[in-house]
Amino acid sequence: MLLALRNRMFFFFSVIFPLVMFFLYGGVFAKGKPQLVSYFLGPVIAFNVMGSFWGLSVALVMFREQGILRRFHIAPVSATDMLASSVLANFVLTLPTVFLELFLSWAIFHVPNFGNLLSLTIFVVVGTVSFASLGLVVASVTNTMQETQVINQLIWLPLIFLSGATLPLAYLPQSVQRFAVFLPATYLVNALQSALYSSFSIWKLMEQFSCLLVWALLTFFVATQLFRWEPEAKIPRRGKLLALATALPFFLLGAWENGRGNLLAQSQATFHSLDTPRDNPPQPSAPAQRPDKPF
Amino acid sequence: MGNPVLQVENLVKRYGDVEAVRGVSFSVEEGEVFGLLGPNGAGKTSTVEILEGLRDPDSGTLSVCGLNPQRQSNELKHEIGAALQSTSLPDKIRVMEALRLFASFYKRRRNPEELLKRFGLEEKRNTFYHQLSGGQKQRLALAMALVNDPKVLFFDEPTAGLDPQVRREIYDIIEELRRDKKTILITTHYIEEAERLCDRVAIVDHGKVIALGTPRELKTRSANTTRIEVRLSKPVVDGELKTLEGVVDARVLDGSYVLHSQRPPRTIVDLVKRLEAENNELVSLEIASPSLEDVFIELTGRRLRD
Repeated sequence: MLLALRNRMFFFFSVIFPLVMFFLYGGVFAKGKPQLVSYFLGPVIAFNVMGSFWGLSVALVMFREQGILRRFHIAPVSATDMLASSVLANFVLTLPTVFLELFLSWAIFHVPNFGNLLSLTIFVVVGTVSFASLGLVVASVTNTMQETQVINQLIWLPLIFLSGATLPLAYLPQSVQRFAVFLPATYLVNALQSALYSSFSIWKLMEQFSCLLVWALLTFFVATQLFRWEPEAKIPRRGKLLALATALPFFLLGAWENGRGNLLAQSQATFHSLDTPRDNPPQPSAPAQRPDKPF
Repeated sequence: MGNPVLQVENLVKRYGDVEAVRGVSFSVEEGEVFGLLGPNGAGKTSTVEILEGLRDPDSGTLSVCGLNPQRQSNELKHEIGAALQSTSLPDKIRVMEALRLFASFYKRRRNPEELLKRFGLEEKRNTFYHQLSGGQKQRLALAMALVNDPKVLFFDEPTAGLDPQVRREIYDIIEELRRDKKTILITTHYIEEAERLCDRVAIVDHGKVIALGTPRELKTRSANTTRIEVRLSKPVVDGELKTLEGVVDARVLDGSYVLHSQRPPRTIVDLVKRLEAENNELVSLEIASPSLEDVFIELTGRRLRD
């Protein structure tokens, strides 16, 4: 059954822009030096992964407004089935694009290695699921395409600009950095970058992983609870509150991080390490921790 | 006999202040084609949606295949098939994919190949949904309704907005299903559809069932009369036409006078004489054996808009 659901999502996705968009973003590569490219590869991949959020929210709202979801509602299909298949289909699209980016950076920019591939893959998976679910949550609390677009923008812009996906985190003013640790995107970018550039293993990135995982599951769950099949249904206030609740884990994490400052210190260090050219794979024990707090 | 597959009692549905369904009751037997005939806004679609489990009623007792559509929704969904009033599918899904996809949701399935053939969509199996014509889309919707070999079918306005030619094609399909003794509930605002396809019809207006029976029974109820519709060059005094010979009912409708007469020839002769005497002229004259529309007009005083 899952296969059948996936089959359909696949074909509808093959209509929409994603591939074109992804190629556009893939071109953000124009940096040249392998080391630099490797540094930016993490954020670029994060960009892709987070982009899943757009496609899904828009598609879901569109389907609902057109009455397509209604027809599905007559069949014994549950909200979970629908959502899971969307996420899965999105995944099927994101993964090859990521591989393509890795391949291009190797072929054209001669990036020597990709750090810890396992952690990289894990974070791509978790990231895709979580941002896809976020898109689905947004779709459940909006009714029209316009509303969805507006809310998408409101969420998207801070996520890409403040998390380190476009400009390196260390580059941004201190106050902004402190705010950035409240955003899930920051952790994703950081994790991907660390996995790729600094070859951090999954154990080193446990904090990011567990947070993103919890967030992914929470958001998916909220999406199933808020799922609507019919276009005219009013969104209960409870629904909107639930949607906001998905921000909770990162609220807490942000507060904690601000106290500990690990993440920010580490991203600073990584950024500065760009100054030193490297001809061999970097050591995992990068001087990113404060001396009195062993990782 | 006496094996109702579907039972509705005192169904009520409100949308805010508006009462769309105000106490509708009827039952449908196994193997019967049952029609809900009424103008737009009569509450037909709401009733069907509630039976399908898409909406919740405000009150009333319901039973479809022995199950409650709200409480046993998932079980029931396996047993029913439906073609909605405006079926929409993703633009780029192919016909065969759609059939296969929907078939995959059910435990019991019909062979999609067979359905393609039966609904004349074989050549279109790989066509994208948005490339199909209105009639083809409707045929696909009907095919999809059968994908799980359902016990009960719901067709909501199956030919709305289609050309007469295409409409006949759909009627042929439904008649085939009727021959196969499928239980079907059709909602429509087309009289011909109800008369031609249904074993029994419930006429619905403003959320209530105002008449129920076989098309023949209902027409007979129209007091064994023939309908005469006339247009005159000059208006006539109120109630004047009622005094014509044989006339049991006379109304004004959209500028025409609709008479129901038990002795049409005499009525016409009388009419012509009267008109001559009053210097009035007959602009047009139409005679018809009573149709369900007449029943409707009789009961509500309005036309069933076509």
